[in-house]
Amino acid sequence: MMRIILPVISIFAVLGLFYMGLQVDTRDLPSPLIGKPAPPFELSSLIEPDTMLTEQAFLGDVALVNVFASWCRTCWSEHSNLVALKKQGVAIFGINYRDRRQAALEYLERGGNPYVHVVFDPDGDAGLDWGVYATPETFLLDATGRIRFKHVGPLDATVIDEEFLPRIEELRAEATS
Amino acid sequence: MSAQSRVVFERTVVYLLGWLLLLPGQVLAIPLGTPLEFESPEQRAQYATLVRELRCTVCQSETLHESKAPLAADMRRRIYDMTLEGKGEKEIVDFLVQRYGDYVRYRPPLQANTLLLWSGPFLVLIAGALIWWRVVRRRQHLLQDQALPQVERADLNRFRRGE
Repeated sequence: MMRIILPVISIFAVLGLFYMGLQVDTRDLPSPLIGKPAPPFELSSLIEPDTMLTEQAFLGDVALVNVFASWCRTCWSEHSNLVALKKQGVAIFGINYRDRRQAALEYLERGGNPYVHVVFDPDGDAGLDWGVYATPETFLLDATGRIRFKHVGPLDATVIDEEFLPRIEELRAEATS
Repeated sequence: MSAQSRVVFERTVVYLLGWLLLLPGQVLAIPLGTPLEFESPEQRAQYATLVRELRCTVCQSETLHESKAPLAADMRRRIYDMTLEGKGEKEIVDFLVQRYGDYVRYRPPLQANTLLLWSGPFLVLIAGALIWWRVVRRRQHLLQDQALPQVERADLNRFRRGE
């Protein structure tokens, strides 16, 4: 009897492993930047080209840093959610990734500007330092300027309600205590 | 000229001008097939090794050497710049690992969370050897088993001879 049961069990075990492997989202990579301070950069402001901004402009409060581009359709799909988040009093900063200034400005004009500051990163310099691989990506900074969470992909209602809002609450509580 | 072809034309002009104006070492991104200049053969060798050892994180199954993705072009440029600055292989790999995680390395490092990955094939080999050894042992026992009654042994021998 064991001669049959054992191979059958092992076959199902292997199939089970394969099935689990299929469920794994290979794009969902852990960021080594979690827990680290926001990576430094020095880039011009998208809206005022003569103003240089550094990562210091993003720091001081619990905030989101959203990496977006006008050529990125998924970014457009999450844009209204960002505008809504801003209305709820969440500070959002933008990194305009590998874009053209004019196109990005038109994008913000069409969809509204949810960002406190937007830096213009046409060559993906800051993108590389922030470990960005695909837009949209959203980082969550705590009040001390550390990256505490990162989401790759659009901020839909579920992601905002389940991933971001509870963490924002938590980090705000952490900052006041 | 239609609006679209004008955009394409303008982009091409800007791109070509960009290439004419830029000095070596100031490239902004390195598209595939760009000829690169190095100060020494060692630098060239280091660049060549690194772009084959590192993964394009958006395309996942391509190295930086073969990927057309814009991100790969940016990463190649960083590696090129850092190589020209005299940075060593380890320094450059660490730089990218700090930003993109161990995932950028095609050859995973031997560390706690990759122990099973590295030892797995050897464990399977050992398990196979153990099973093989046990099967052989059992067969040897069967051969040496003298408890078979005389009659049955005679029958068996007859059967083996094909009678």
